[in-house]
Amino acid sequence: MKHTISVLVENKAGVLSRISGLFARRGFNIDSLAVGTTEDKNISRITLLVDGDDYIAEQVTKQLNKQIDVIKVRKLDRDEITRRELVLVKVKMSVAQRGEIIDIVKIMQGEIVDISHTTLTVEMSDKPEKIDLLVELLSHYNIVEVARTGTIALQKGAEIV
Amino acid sequence: MITGAEAIVRCLENEGVEIIFGYPGATIAPLYDKLSKSNIRHILVRHEQHAGHEASGYARIKKKPGVCMTTSGPGATNLITALATAYMDSVPLVAITGQVSSELLGRDVFQEADITGAAEPFTKYSYLVKNAEDLPRIIKEAFHIASTGRPGPVLIDIPVNVQQQRFDFAFAGEVNLRGYKPTIKGHTGQIKRVCKAINNAERPVICVGGGIFAADGQGELQRFAEMLNIPVVSTMMGIGAVPTQHSLNMGMLGMHGKSIANQAITDSDLLIIVGARVSDRAVLLPANVGKNTKIVHIDIDPTEIGKNLSTLIPVVGDAKEILIQIMEAEPDRKSEDWTDLLKAKKDKLELDYAPRRSGINPKAFVNLLSKSLPDDHIYCADVGQNQIWSAANCEVRTGRFLTSGGMGTMGYSLPAAIGAKIADPEKTVVAVCGDGSFQMHMMELATICQHGVDVKIVVMKNNKLGLVKEIQKKSYKNNECAVDLTGSPDLVSIARAYGIPGQRIDSMDSADGAIAEMLSCKCAYLLECVVDENESSI
Repeated sequence: MKHTISVLVENKAGVLSRISGLFARRGFNIDSLAVGTTEDKNISRITLLVDGDDYIAEQVTKQLNKQIDVIKVRKLDRDEITRRELVLVKVKMSVAQRGEIIDIVKIMQGEIVDISHTTLTVEMSDKPEKIDLLVELLSHYNIVEVARTGTIALQKGAEIV
Repeated sequence: MITGAEAIVRCLENEGVEIIFGYPGATIAPLYDKLSKSNIRHILVRHEQHAGHEASGYARIKKKPGVCMTTSGPGATNLITALATAYMDSVPLVAITGQVSSELLGRDVFQEADITGAAEPFTKYSYLVKNAEDLPRIIKEAFHIASTGRPGPVLIDIPVNVQQQRFDFAFAGEVNLRGYKPTIKGHTGQIKRVCKAINNAERPVICVGGGIFAADGQGELQRFAEMLNIPVVSTMMGIGAVPTQHSLNMGMLGMHGKSIANQAITDSDLLIIVGARVSDRAVLLPANVGKNTKIVHIDIDPTEIGKNLSTLIPVVGDAKEILIQIMEAEPDRKSEDWTDLLKAKKDKLELDYAPRRSGINPKAFVNLLSKSLPDDHIYCADVGQNQIWSAANCEVRTGRFLTSGGMGTMGYSLPAAIGAKIADPEKTVVAVCGDGSFQMHMMELATICQHGVDVKIVVMKNNKLGLVKEIQKKSYKNNECAVDLTGSPDLVSIARAYGIPGQRIDSMDSADGAIAEMLSCKCAYLLECVVDENESSI
């Protein structure tokens, strides 16, 4: 089972290393980890996707809370959050394939952000499942590079972490 | 304007630091220069690891953070085992390491080691100081973090140029760490649930760990157990929380524990865990705990609750506070048969104190030794067979039993004893070790002599790494390898070379006399006890 965990941490050197080290040491499987600043420049938000049962999710939450630099930890309910991920996919294609790829990107509501004689770079921001689908569809062509940001999430409505 | 080094000394003085255990070097030289002009006493160790262990023994007796200090690179990495040992046993330490000049960081210069990185898994928190102006705040925070909540080691890595940097000094204000607010008081709803569980229990058992000492709640624990007539078992770290001879004390549980203690846990219907981690050595298999046992887990560290054992009633907070809260809620326990049954079983336990054909009986010896010591003695046990002999047979009355419980660090007993003696010079302090562990800390005999530390050293000598030998016998078809200590020196002569008196005994007949001589000696003393190599730990 996948758990989305939102963590607010002090924005200072060494924090990310402490947290990623914690996961390695305790054998937690992290699917994705996205870090960025927040409305307060002294605080960063880490959004984690953790694979495991409820025991693992509880352990991850508790171990994170134990860290001195961790200000807040919240396990987010999948149905009550807005999740987004950004992807860039570079596809190598022949001129004949170009139209097909553009069609796929249009249907998926992605965007072509770069083009050359032999490649197209597609950008899309959406739920991780939609990103997976895009990558799957494009994999029928020659994908040469993929960059994904990892999931970020916020609670719906007025709720905050 | 003062230098960073002067600021550190002022801050340490302000924290009430009286003793620092350390070993100098180039990158910590500015701090040593200023430290020599302060009232803080420096204990020069003979290996950095022991600076950490001595600070640990000191902290456990003084009930405040022990301070150790080394240079960068190997000085700092030598400290890691001591940090890990303190971390596992939740001992408050503040470790200060020198570091290469900050503009050279990351270039692999001479004696550079990423110590905050290397020690990260073994420290509660660490700092790499980049600017001397941060020193007052960092030192204040370090002492706060080390000593509050679940205590632990905090590392401050200070580049040599930061120690030399001049700045306008001012003490830091109150510590304010928004991510660190340990819970002290137990949740009242949970306290009520605990009381209800006690009221409904027929076969309750208290399992106490080292957390009770961190909370300084031994008296409350004993009062709680007596008030409700609940039997107590302890982990190795919890030995002495209730005097070992107390009628309710069923002894240590676990792999090397007393069968009655393990049986009590298995048969209980309510297990009240107080300040213990439920580690694999204590509760070998969580399945050992009866299927119908309800678990109450009291711990200041929420991560320990539910980690190894599923818990019905978690109570997060300070063990002493919570025990007081529970007692104030006046639980009431009716059935007393269970306690009487255990007490009766305990009285029938036979002790293996018979004389041996060759050598002393180490179990009988440590029992005799502890009985011969003042009630408030401090007993430091090393790691190996000697630890199990000590844990199972030594009497702890009003004093303390110090050992490396979680990490099982050989060579802990003597430095811990040195630290303990310096913390409380009035107490009689003994270090009991094996000939394997002795050779991991024997360089500290020089520290003892240099600083006039009166610790009594007992070495159980069987010329073997006895516990490993036992494992090889049991699990590796008796394939004894790399456990023979042939080549070891004559330990009494070694002691004599340092000017420390001592003697060797090889029979229990001479034990009384030897112990009396050791205790009447006004300085350190080494007693070597010859033990048969086939003596088992249990």
